[in-house]
Amino acid sequence: MSTPLLSMRGITKRFGGVHALRDGNLTLRRGEVHALCGGNGAGKSTILGILMGFHKPDSGTIEIDGAPVHFTTPTQALNAGIAIVQQELSGVPQLSVAENIYLGAEPRHRGFIDFETLNRNAAELLDRLGFDIDPKATLGDLAVATQQLVEIAKALSHGDSDVLIFDEPTSALGEKDVQRLFEVIRELAAAGKGIVYVTHRLQEVFTIADAYTVFKDGETVDEGRVADITREGLIESMIGGAIEGEFVKENVPSEKPLLEVRGVTRAPRVKDISFRLHAGEILGIYGLVGSGRSELLDTVYGLETAQSGSIAVAGKPLAPGNVDDAIRAGLTYVTEDRARSGLVLGASVGANLALSKLRFINRFGFVDERAERDGIATAIEQMNIKTPGPDQIVSFLSGGNQQKVVLGRCTAVDPRVMLLDEPTRGVDVGAKKEIYRFISDFASKNGAVLMVSSDLEEILGMSDRILVLRDGKVACEFPRAGATQKDLMMAAV
Amino acid sequence: MATTRTLKQPFSLKRYGIVVAFLGLCALVSLICQIRVMQGVWPVNVFLTVNNLMLILHQISVNGILAVGMTFVVISAGIDLSVGSVLAFAGMMAASFATRSTGVTPWSGVYFVAIPVLAALATGALCGAANGFIVSRFRIQPFIATLGMLLAARGMTMAVTGGNPISALSPEFRWFGTGRLFDVIPIPVVILAIVFVLAWVLLNKTVFGRYVYAVGGNEKSARTSGINTTSVLMWVYIVAGFLSGVAGIILTAKTGSAQTAAGTAYELDAIAAVVIGGASLSGGVGRLSGTFFGALIIGVMNNGLDILGVESFYQLIIKGALIVLAVIFDSRRQA
Repeated sequence: MSTPLLSMRGITKRFGGVHALRDGNLTLRRGEVHALCGGNGAGKSTILGILMGFHKPDSGTIEIDGAPVHFTTPTQALNAGIAIVQQELSGVPQLSVAENIYLGAEPRHRGFIDFETLNRNAAELLDRLGFDIDPKATLGDLAVATQQLVEIAKALSHGDSDVLIFDEPTSALGEKDVQRLFEVIRELAAAGKGIVYVTHRLQEVFTIADAYTVFKDGETVDEGRVADITREGLIESMIGGAIEGEFVKENVPSEKPLLEVRGVTRAPRVKDISFRLHAGEILGIYGLVGSGRSELLDTVYGLETAQSGSIAVAGKPLAPGNVDDAIRAGLTYVTEDRARSGLVLGASVGANLALSKLRFINRFGFVDERAERDGIATAIEQMNIKTPGPDQIVSFLSGGNQQKVVLGRCTAVDPRVMLLDEPTRGVDVGAKKEIYRFISDFASKNGAVLMVSSDLEEILGMSDRILVLRDGKVACEFPRAGATQKDLMMAAV
Repeated sequence: MATTRTLKQPFSLKRYGIVVAFLGLCALVSLICQIRVMQGVWPVNVFLTVNNLMLILHQISVNGILAVGMTFVVISAGIDLSVGSVLAFAGMMAASFATRSTGVTPWSGVYFVAIPVLAALATGALCGAANGFIVSRFRIQPFIATLGMLLAARGMTMAVTGGNPISALSPEFRWFGTGRLFDVIPIPVVILAIVFVLAWVLLNKTVFGRYVYAVGGNEKSARTSGINTTSVLMWVYIVAGFLSGVAGIILTAKTGSAQTAAGTAYELDAIAAVVIGGASLSGGVGRLSGTFFGALIIGVMNNGLDILGVESFYQLIIKGALIVLAVIFDSRRQA
């Protein structure tokens, strides 16, 4: 076979102590649409980031047309002919189509933008691509799909890029626009470009792609021609074979419902969801990005206001959109993103641990400092948080210890129901096991746990029951014993 | 190291850097004064006297009190541009209840001294509540919300009397500006001390104080942790407004009349004191001790430059440079 357009071999990349990529490989040929598959955190974003010059690989080789390249900045990658069509619409809606396409690279005349050339260049480019778009139209006035086409034009405006990356391009598009986009992608491929296509929707792999590469746990685990593989085969590659037996869930739930969610809707991501969570039970929620899983937890906790439906704890209904009420009823929430909504990063370990409990340990508003100190010391010991002391600023701890601080803060108020969103994301293996043990202990003491996770092994290992969400609805429910990774994945896509 | 110091920074040089800077500044000013004494230009070192110390404290009392309120606001990741205008409005309201000149307002006259005091405090707190309501309920940027109040409160100050000042204040009311405790300590300095102590307790010993740090550090996390961030922000601005009222009483009583232009640009000195004191405008960081020394540094500088006979326009240049340098120094140390 001829020399591939792009070849990435044995790419590794660590972020701190976490191996984001162990052995990443990707071979792209001219005229080919190449699907990049894998679950959340499999390493797809990391290898794309390396390809675009955002991250520097720790080892491995990248070759374009057989010649080795080293990118240290995005500009170098761009100059080497690698362009990305942004996942989210990232244009400036107030500017015209032409201005958006050449943003930052406007043709100038004596320091002023040469609008005549700008519009002419844009018109030529759009014409060449076969897009029927007026370069002078204001971007924000155009349909979302048309804006997406402008993004493609923008990606192709930096000279003739050979490698085009589409990162989840259809997430904002309707059915008809998707068809139009696919046509454009096929035309681009036919013109000899190499297309890398990232998607969560397996359907699209079989519609548009010629070749595929599957990532799992930072490694390329499978690659080949789409014509040679079935949907089931692809899913099996994505989830891998072995299931490790390191989960510790052992208790059996009682029949007493502790949390009852009935017909809860929160547009646009949560649609008519109902379930019951019993004391002593761990209910797993699986779904892909955008399936509404985090939004569901936000709504149950009251950070978002449910538009319809009811939420009750131990038979008592909660006021919608009222966090205070949820906390008083015994709910606590570990959010998906520690840095953004879990911790006060600039504050100390102790301050973070005490935050939720302060309302219970004060006299006329004055903090009971002894109770505070004792509570912090107990939490550090119980959660086994590795910190030089309670005064340590929390952002200096490792991911696993930071997560233990969040869990410690949450359990300090003796909750009855824990809402956990990706409780082990960015956590090393050792701390992961401690967190599993902790969750399991909590459930065995008659607590109830609602756990969102995109780690299939984790969710199958820990949950008594599993709900699969798709497009904001409950797609399927599995008992613990009756589900496999394949079942979950099939239900989710 | 074993002690738990919750939502404050752990021990570091940073905490004492400002004291060092303050002492250095004092040493510098008194050294220059001493040189003049030795040259025989001056009979005594006028900087290093009890009287001058009292004068400095007296001079910083208004700004110090405003800066205390500003500290709460800045720690909560906000800013309050309206404190100077609110000070003027509160001072005008107080003066209208403590004047012999009748007819400036429909109600003007001499009332029992508690009435003008309460009027000023209530005016300040209400203006603060309006700020807090707009910031916390409508999620308007504090800069804009309090910019609105800066204009509105100034307008109300003038509207109350049709643009006239109020003078001929009762001696009982003027005591708040001119009286002395034990014939030594000026009353404004006593009030400044009380304000600092109470504010310190509020910020460091109460749940509310902890919440102010948490809301400023990461509002989302605070909310997830069950903190009613709306109410915390509301109270932060009420504290700032209330203290503007306190400062309004002092300034009006000190000068003996309520002027419509009183307190113009005072918010800038208050922000300067807070920032020099090590608070971060991005929120979550700051201490009242820092603010105290920040206000002192500004006061000593004004006083020292006055004593040394430096023209006021050069004083402004030096002050401007100092504020920017303090922040550059601070951000470098954090990085």
